[in-house]
Amino acid sequence: MSDEQAPRWKRMQEWDRRPLRLDSFSEESPENGFSVFHSPYDPKPGLTLGPDGDILAMDGRKAADFDILDAFIAAHHIDRSVAAEAMALDSTQIARMLVDVNVPREELERLARGMTPAKLAEVVGRLSALEATFAYAKMRQRHSPGNQAHVTNAKDDPLQLAADSAIAVALGFDEIETTMRVAGNAWANALACTVGTAAGRGNTLFQCSIEEAEELKIGLAGLATYAETVSVYGSERSFVDGDDTPWSKTFLTAAYASRGIKARCTSGAGSELLMGFHEKCSVLYLEARCLCLQRAMGVQGTQNGGVDGAPLTASMPGGIRELMAENLLAVWLGLECASGNDTKTSESEIRIGAKITPYLLAGSDLITSGFGSIRAYDNSFNPSLFNAEEMEDYLVLQRDFEVDGGLAPLAEDAALAVRRQAVEALDDVLDELGLAKADNAMKESVIHASGSDDTETFPPVRTLQISRDIAARGLTALDVVRALALRGHRAMAENLMGMLRQRISGDYLQTSAIVRDGKVISAVNDPNHYSGPGTGYSMDAARWERVKAVRGTINRGHILDAEGSHEAPAGSAQFYPIGKADKGHDPHEVVVGISPAFGERLHRTTAGHAVSDVLDALTKGILEGGGMPRVVRIRHTADTSFLGLSAAHLAGSGYGIGIQAKGTAIIHHKDRLPHMNLELFSNAPLVSLEQYRAMGRNAGRMTWGETPEPIIVTNDGQALGARFHPRVALLYAIETEMTEPGAEPEEMFFASAERNA
Amino acid sequence: MSPEPDIDPRDLYPLSEKAPHLVRSQTGLTLADFTVDAVLEGRIGAADLAITPEALRLQADVARAVGRDRLAENFERAAELVAVPQEMLLDTYELLRPGRAKSANELRERAGLMRRGYGATRIAALIEEAADVCERRGLFTKRF
Repeated sequence: MSDEQAPRWKRMQEWDRRPLRLDSFSEESPENGFSVFHSPYDPKPGLTLGPDGDILAMDGRKAADFDILDAFIAAHHIDRSVAAEAMALDSTQIARMLVDVNVPREELERLARGMTPAKLAEVVGRLSALEATFAYAKMRQRHSPGNQAHVTNAKDDPLQLAADSAIAVALGFDEIETTMRVAGNAWANALACTVGTAAGRGNTLFQCSIEEAEELKIGLAGLATYAETVSVYGSERSFVDGDDTPWSKTFLTAAYASRGIKARCTSGAGSELLMGFHEKCSVLYLEARCLCLQRAMGVQGTQNGGVDGAPLTASMPGGIRELMAENLLAVWLGLECASGNDTKTSESEIRIGAKITPYLLAGSDLITSGFGSIRAYDNSFNPSLFNAEEMEDYLVLQRDFEVDGGLAPLAEDAALAVRRQAVEALDDVLDELGLAKADNAMKESVIHASGSDDTETFPPVRTLQISRDIAARGLTALDVVRALALRGHRAMAENLMGMLRQRISGDYLQTSAIVRDGKVISAVNDPNHYSGPGTGYSMDAARWERVKAVRGTINRGHILDAEGSHEAPAGSAQFYPIGKADKGHDPHEVVVGISPAFGERLHRTTAGHAVSDVLDALTKGILEGGGMPRVVRIRHTADTSFLGLSAAHLAGSGYGIGIQAKGTAIIHHKDRLPHMNLELFSNAPLVSLEQYRAMGRNAGRMTWGETPEPIIVTNDGQALGARFHPRVALLYAIETEMTEPGAEPEEMFFASAERNA
Repeated sequence: MSPEPDIDPRDLYPLSEKAPHLVRSQTGLTLADFTVDAVLEGRIGAADLAITPEALRLQADVARAVGRDRLAENFERAAELVAVPQEMLLDTYELLRPGRAKSANELRERAGLMRRGYGATRIAALIEEAADVCERRGLFTKRF
């Protein structure tokens, strides 16, 4: 018996090493709770009403057998006035209405109020991923999209929380959510984020995610404005293991509102599966139960779309489609939707980018229910779909599709300024309140830190003490306002005061409410009324200017600035015109035809070589190959092929080299068709001086009738177009602008650096 | 501080911009009183950070006017809870969690307390509904 393995296909072995292979993929098996849109154990949609409007049966279950979810949904979700009409409609017809721009959102919401969970799930199951995305764009509640950030760090460091909150606000996040590694640090976290969110433009909803009783206390102290920890589950036993009932959660939701705190529920596919009580139902059906329950509870919104269960759902076939379908269910039921995208569902950056794209296109009340605005290792909720590492990728996706993902680029000096403002302010507040005092080294390390690995800050016991003192002394947001004002942070005090004022009116308790520039916008005063092209959200000119201004954009001015003066670098080879160029007679003469801007206005190739060094390499190579180089400036064209062919026509040998300032080079012969060259360096950014020299050598050898090996410039798969094409296009435009139709070629005097010396 | 009867509640929203005269803190401060100077001068206390039942009922009117009757009911339940002290609020929430109450009667007694002590009729009805369903589902079992 041989131990030798059969030889493998190397391609498969390469695939084995891709990050994607770390992801797990599961098969559907309804018995084990692994089914996405449909399980044979899902009930058939159905609703039986008694003569007096009582619900006698729903989704295959008699009223006497209703579990706690059925009972609550039947009592508080099903609208008797529309139920018969809605349940009688064909599910495919309703699905079509969802994507029909002529059917208003309000009409579809009216019908949803009469539908059972199984019916709602059946309808969204009839939509493709594209249709669900489109329907989501139409049905989502608030017209203007928004986004939410996670702000946490591995040390629960208050200074860093303040700095990172300020960054999140500056980037444009409408909500900021923190949580702790150590529960006892909750008050310090809340106070630090409250100060940080008041930096810069200020005014952002903020929550400190912790156990409900503590969260209520923090909210009551004015140190939090929303809560999204009202978790619900789609099966009775999951619910009970989650230590709640629909009535306790309904009570809690009202309790939050009674303290002026915005609340949303949390649910999502896969959670029942993770809790072990899936009842063999599809994840979509269980989520439909959760969402009907949420509407019934009277909560204004939800965070769903898998959330913590998203990686499990994403492992199943069609899982990502399901996540969008359940988000659609939420908005169809009139709920604000913070649409998940808050868990890293894959190790593959391609799957991550694909996951977010439909949400960017459709828009969402909160596109992520937690964008990791901090480094992934600092995310105390676990890494999000996008984290600080990928922030700029996200910003560029907004620019690519011309969509508003809620964020806008932030310049480095502006970022440092708000970090400094937040850190100094927090230090002053801690000092003013007698809680702590940071030294300069701590503050500077935090201001410049990317993540908590870079910081020197309070020891953990100190942070815990700060938190305990805040709680024990009963400090509130008013103490923070006072401290900020007394220490000269008046603008921040005003920002925080603005948020406290909002608590009294309760405006931000309404569906999909956020606070922007001191004003509340929600589904009430900024409703989504999409009804086809021209009616959807679009950025105004000022917003688009900010969104598209990603780092590293270039224009013609930048190119010319980068080229510096028209003078060649000191000590380099020199060349200058010495009169009209005629045809040569030496049978080994190779003419190098340089482009109009070559060494004239443009001095560097895209590979970064000085053009004079390239010319030097070519002429040296021609000599080595037994040729006689002659340099001629071609003025009537900038095209590589025609530069080469023109040079070839002037050469005694009939062989010429054409080269552009950006470095693209070609060997040509006078008897060939323009685009049938002999050798071409098309990927100029990759060409070395040694390769130019080898090209020259080949041209020299061709004059002796030899057929040398072509020089191969290898490409390792770089996206050269992405890296260079904007520059190339601008460089080439400068070349073409300098061409003169009918201009005669010019003989150039060329002296290499050594000869100059 | 109730709105004029013939006004569409939708026209009042956001209250802070369109109807600030209808908004007061629990101690009677207006939105205009919420200034940094007022804080520095000690004219605003922790009690002023709380929303009033009146504001919540106005928000309920707004929600109902835009077709969100369940949300409106939530705000009306919330309005009833404003006067419920924090300890009682948390204790009632705790009692509603599975297995905390040992019998439906324990919940019904709390419902009675809410109704008599705080005039919280909607909250009381919610608790009584929980008592009925949890009794039928046998959810008064010990959990820890």
